[in-house]
Amino acid sequence: MKKTNMIIGLVIFAVLVTVPFWSSFVSPANGAAPEVSLDTPAINQMAEPKCVEDVEWMRAHHMDLLNDWKVEVVREGTRVYVSEDGTEYLASLQNTCFECHSNYEDFCLKCHTYSNVNPTCWDCHVEPTVVGGAN
Amino acid sequence: MKNAGIAAALVLAILAVVFVGTEVLNLDFFFGGILPFIAMAVFIIGFIYRVMNWAKSPVPFRIPTTAGQQKSLDFIKQNKIENPSSKGGVIVRMFLEVVFFRSLFRNTKAEVTEEGDITYQWEKWLWLFALCFHWGFFLTVFRHLRLFTDPVPGFVSFWENIDGVFWVDLQQIYLTGFILLLGITGLIARRLYLDKVRYVSLVQDFFPIFLIFGIAVTGIFMRYLTHVDITAVKAVAMGLASFNIGGIMEACATYDISVNFWFHLTLVCTLLIYFPTSKLMHAAGVFMSPTRNMANNNRMERHINPWNPEVEVHSYQEYEHEFHQKMKAVGLPLDWDYDEEGNQLPKKN
Repeated sequence: MKKTNMIIGLVIFAVLVTVPFWSSFVSPANGAAPEVSLDTPAINQMAEPKCVEDVEWMRAHHMDLLNDWKVEVVREGTRVYVSEDGTEYLASLQNTCFECHSNYEDFCLKCHTYSNVNPTCWDCHVEPTVVGGAN
Repeated sequence: MKNAGIAAALVLAILAVVFVGTEVLNLDFFFGGILPFIAMAVFIIGFIYRVMNWAKSPVPFRIPTTAGQQKSLDFIKQNKIENPSSKGGVIVRMFLEVVFFRSLFRNTKAEVTEEGDITYQWEKWLWLFALCFHWGFFLTVFRHLRLFTDPVPGFVSFWENIDGVFWVDLQQIYLTGFILLLGITGLIARRLYLDKVRYVSLVQDFFPIFLIFGIAVTGIFMRYLTHVDITAVKAVAMGLASFNIGGIMEACATYDISVNFWFHLTLVCTLLIYFPTSKLMHAAGVFMSPTRNMANNNRMERHINPWNPEVEVHSYQEYEHEFHQKMKAVGLPLDWDYDEEGNQLPKKN
């Protein structure tokens, strides 16, 4: 094989496998994880801010919870969700989640944009707005 | 079966080390911030070293006996792709080999019949599984760019939407991930269940396919079944991409990332470290195959063997020049004319 062809091939290889490295230097964003805002009227009123389930668990599994709620509410008609610590909640994205997380732009969208996730929640549900709290 | 067992045990041992390392000893930063850099460095430097080393081997001669009619007389039709005599033909042949694995498509199964005759049968499974596996792997790796770029470029999202055209339960199902798993499972089954293939399979044949199987399974578990904190995963990935060691340390300390992610990442690192030392180097080797990358133009151009030593020769022309006077004296015929000072004149036609 000709030397020049080999060098061209190796350069293409090196450029392609290092895409993440050089593209992160070209990109204006610094790539750090976004900070989600918990500064909403409903959360500020809580003595001890607390989500439906443990925060660490919610970070990875909120979509599982919402999916379960969807099945339980729509198909089985069960509106009550009992969390791990025994508290009862109304199983509703609109009325429970968005009551506290009424800041779509600074909460949901932050991580979804960062990780390039496009959930279909808002095909049906109304995005919460920070001004009036929950809809 | 013994070789497959050893390879499986090696992969399981890696998983055990990761489990102890991240869940018991809390060495998340080693697996997230040190090992990946080592793996990437070994992969790139090792890959280039291997190719440079191969490039030093002299290539003796163009191999004319590829599967196709070589260029011959005008009334014999040349197979321009299988046996090209031009650079363009070589490029087409190489492209089809790299992208569609054309030589695997010619795979046949040899069997001896009861009468003792040998028969060759159509056998496309190897080609099909290899194609599924390689394309699935490539496109899955490509999709991972969403974790290594910020903001994510449009072409990555574009591909995600094609790949994830099917939705199950509010979630996109990425087909290429499952095609990769199907392909690698087929390649494992081939080595385990075909007697003749199992007989020639060594630990180093099973190890990479088990490793890739593990990568595919942990990846699918993370995405569809057990789920991970994807924001934390991306924080680690972006820390790696931008050499932000502090960012990785912070992400490892702040978030409790599922062990599944550490399994996945460490298997990938193992694959990268293993790559340059192993048969996986066929990724570069395919471009250097003498039966694929050289035009068969032996009859049109003179190729000089690159390792021929310099040989001192005494040609007839020089011989005649030296002895032309004596030859003339005894009446021997001369091929060249000479001037009065004894210089050889250009040959007459």
